[in-house]
Amino acid sequence: MNVIETSGLGKRYRSTWALKDCTLAIPAGHVVALVGPNGAGKTTLLHCAVGLLTATTGKVTVLGDLEAGSLDALERVAFVAQDAPLYRHLSVRAMLSVARNLNRRFDEEQAERRLRTLEIPLDHKVGKLSGGQQAQLALTLALARHPDLLVLDEPVARLDPLARHDFMSLVVTAVAEGGLSVLFSSHVISELERVADYLILLTHGQVQMAGEIDDLLAGHTVLSGPAKESGALTERFPVVQSQLAGRHAQLLVRTNGSSDPPAGWESDDVSLEELVLAYLREPSASTLPGPLNLMATSSKKAPL
Amino acid sequence: MKIEKQVLGGEATLVSPMVFRLDPRSGVPTYLQLVHQVEHALRLGYLTQGDQLPRIKDVVASLSINPNTVLKAYRDLEQKGFIASRPGQGTFVKVAPDTVGLPELTELRRTLVAGWLRDAAAAGLDEDGIVALFMSALRDFHDRPAERRPSRRDGRRRREGVA
Repeated sequence: MNVIETSGLGKRYRSTWALKDCTLAIPAGHVVALVGPNGAGKTTLLHCAVGLLTATTGKVTVLGDLEAGSLDALERVAFVAQDAPLYRHLSVRAMLSVARNLNRRFDEEQAERRLRTLEIPLDHKVGKLSGGQQAQLALTLALARHPDLLVLDEPVARLDPLARHDFMSLVVTAVAEGGLSVLFSSHVISELERVADYLILLTHGQVQMAGEIDDLLAGHTVLSGPAKESGALTERFPVVQSQLAGRHAQLLVRTNGSSDPPAGWESDDVSLEELVLAYLREPSASTLPGPLNLMATSSKKAPL
Repeated sequence: MKIEKQVLGGEATLVSPMVFRLDPRSGVPTYLQLVHQVEHALRLGYLTQGDQLPRIKDVVASLSINPNTVLKAYRDLEQKGFIASRPGQGTFVKVAPDTVGLPELTELRRTLVAGWLRDAAAAGLDEDGIVALFMSALRDFHDRPAERRPSRRDGRRRREGVA
């Protein structure tokens, strides 16, 4: 089952296309990180998926074949928007009862237990809680709905490192308890490296790269060798990014399953951060075919 | 990603005698760091036969990492035969890897110094050359586990004799 599937999805605001011909299929059971530069369309994509926006073209389905935003979908999808929207003047307890009354499915007992573990006092005003606690409260309310899909927009952007860690720990613990898929957007690469196992890279409103992180890493390598031979190499491998000096060249390439580096070249594993930055820097790399087909390959680091 | 709910020992009780840590800058994949730490704990005796490994839920919560990463590490250790998972209970140490007693180590060291190292130096290899050659031979040796078996059995039998 795919937790989110889009085909030819487009969203236009007046004359600007925020998403354009965006096609995507995210399998269930993953923690998916959505990355991309500012203005790439991440929030728009998330809003389309949870039904806050209607697509201009194409369509989005969630959790199999439910139409995004339909009643059945709303029941099983939880969303926490960018700045953890809560009623700041209410007490935590009142916030809980609001959430209970606004949702058909709401596990108040679980929510209270979580808040106790997090040491968030029920009688405090929401607005008086720290930023980290507010984010945890918003997440607790979302999880109490027992969603099958949890969507988070920039959940940790405004949090300090400790609050960030605690927040993501709450997310992955819920995942470990079973049955929950997560999609979150983030700029913090180190964070998503620990938490996510699936990556979607969005540029200019289109999917540039998508796949399981292990497969994406295995499907790319950094080749280092003589600059004058780099031309021949680019015919063999799709190059994501090349750095050429007088004699020396470093190329980040897709291996397309072949594991042997050409004679005279050294190959080195690529880190997630390197990979993401390379793709962000070279938006045109999206035009090369391949990243979506990498899922089957799992070549190991080539022997030297 | 359904993970068996494991027996609860209360919120704060840790069931395992070992804990994990992560070094984000090491460049070593997270799952491999976990594998190495279990192997290390086995060698140093922090973990012995029958001990429980940290519950996936606990590892996930304390390190805030993806549950699949922990599963991958435990699967790897299971394949190596170090641990076994009991459904509904948790993951337990099956056998500790062979540890070699001090007398054997001394003897091995003596043969290495008096034999191979002396030959290598006589042939003109410097220290870096010796290390490179040894590491390369070790890698080859590891790639062919069949050659390893006799020495291992030998080591175990002898250790029993010592004890």
